[in-house]
Amino acid sequence: MTEAATAATPATDTDALVVLTGVNKWFGDLHVLKDINVTIGRGEVVVVIGPSGSGKSTLCRAINRLEPINEGEIRLDGVPLPAEGKGLAKLRADVGMVFQSFNLFAHKTVLDNVMLGPVKVRRRNAGEAKKQALALLERVGVAEQANKYPAQLSGGQQQRVAIARALAMQPKVMLFDEPTSALDPEMIKEVLDVMVELAQEGMTMVVVTHEMGFARTAANRVMFMDEGKILEEAQPQEFFTSPKTDRAKDFLGKILTH
Amino acid sequence: MQVLIDNFDLILAGFVKTLWLLLFAGLIALVLGTVLVAMRVSPVAIMRLTGTAYVNLVRNTPLLLILFIFSFGLPDVGFAYEVNNYFNFFFIAATTGLGLYTAAFVCEALRSGINSIPVGQAEAARAIGMPFAQSMRAVILPQAFRAVVPPLTSTYIALAKNTSVALAIGVTEAAFIMKKLNNNYATARWPIFFGFALGYMIIVWGIAALGALAERRGALQR
Repeated sequence: MTEAATAATPATDTDALVVLTGVNKWFGDLHVLKDINVTIGRGEVVVVIGPSGSGKSTLCRAINRLEPINEGEIRLDGVPLPAEGKGLAKLRADVGMVFQSFNLFAHKTVLDNVMLGPVKVRRRNAGEAKKQALALLERVGVAEQANKYPAQLSGGQQQRVAIARALAMQPKVMLFDEPTSALDPEMIKEVLDVMVELAQEGMTMVVVTHEMGFARTAANRVMFMDEGKILEEAQPQEFFTSPKTDRAKDFLGKILTH
Repeated sequence: MQVLIDNFDLILAGFVKTLWLLLFAGLIALVLGTVLVAMRVSPVAIMRLTGTAYVNLVRNTPLLLILFIFSFGLPDVGFAYEVNNYFNFFFIAATTGLGLYTAAFVCEALRSGINSIPVGQAEAARAIGMPFAQSMRAVILPQAFRAVVPPLTSTYIALAKNTSVALAIGVTEAAFIMKKLNNNYATARWPIFFGFALGYMIIVWGIAALGALAERRGALQR
């Protein structure tokens, strides 16, 4: 129960990195996030699961304000998310994001993709940024592709480059928005391996995924969402063996029987 | 044919002036068009409004009218500037008018390019902490320019031929020379027409060749 207990601690806790308080969001009439209260501790790996349209991607994207919220507050390392502008850009630099569709910069080589943030945003010198980028590419296993363009890489390789690009900013927290949903099974493994390694190294991670295996092995906490609400949160062991809500039982019954 | 040979120096000087108009107006259009498109897609409402208003106003006004405003209207309010006898007031008025006019078309060509780029590119740029202007410069515009080389080529071809409208305000570019020769050699009009048409065609082929080159270079990096 320790992880869940950490989650329930108030926002004043110094170990709380991401804190969402009373967050609500509507798309027109559609209420997509309903009164979300979540605290994510430093070094914690939180996996968000739920059916399509449950609001889990929106929740993930709200944390770096790619989706603005209508009500409530989101704090990152104690600082409330500013409105659009320089302040927000600065804060986003500290939050790594990995997208379902990779979104590598199509006109730049793999190496330049990873160097762009450090050079343009962090204003680091190119030599230093290149060294770091090559080390990161090595770490995610795509160093030999450094001078190719994204379109010349497989999906799995592109996603690993995207992870390296996010890590190059030395983020405090990494957001993964369905990082393996656009990949075929062999590539899913190579991406998940990188993510598991990252989790083991103590990176704070919020992962929206359908990969239950990843949730079991790497998560400290699983959040189950449906219709914009967090219905249940627990340690993976507890959640997968004895889910409390009927909705979670139903969902797990459907996906785990295959 | 003899008329073209006899007046070759004059004709050449006309086309050189046409090329100067094309160069300066083209640069103004490129810079201003890029600024305008950044305004049109910016997150700031007043910027978007200004950009949209500019495009609608300028694109919907005949070029001749714009050149009249710059050559006859502006001196009335105290604006009259010239560099020297060659780049005189009318040349500058024509260049400015052509540039401002073409900028609206460059803006719209670029906007179609920006719209063709997946929204994820901008999101990824924002996610690594780039403010709007930086994401435009480093990520969106370089890709947009690549996507719009064919329509941009057409815009510049149109500009090359539109420089001929400057004859109406007395700029001694190629069309002006053609009109002059037509008056002086009434029996040789067909050779004059074809000779000048060929001159414009050569300029247009040049632009098209540059466009094709840019397209090939951009395509390599996709």
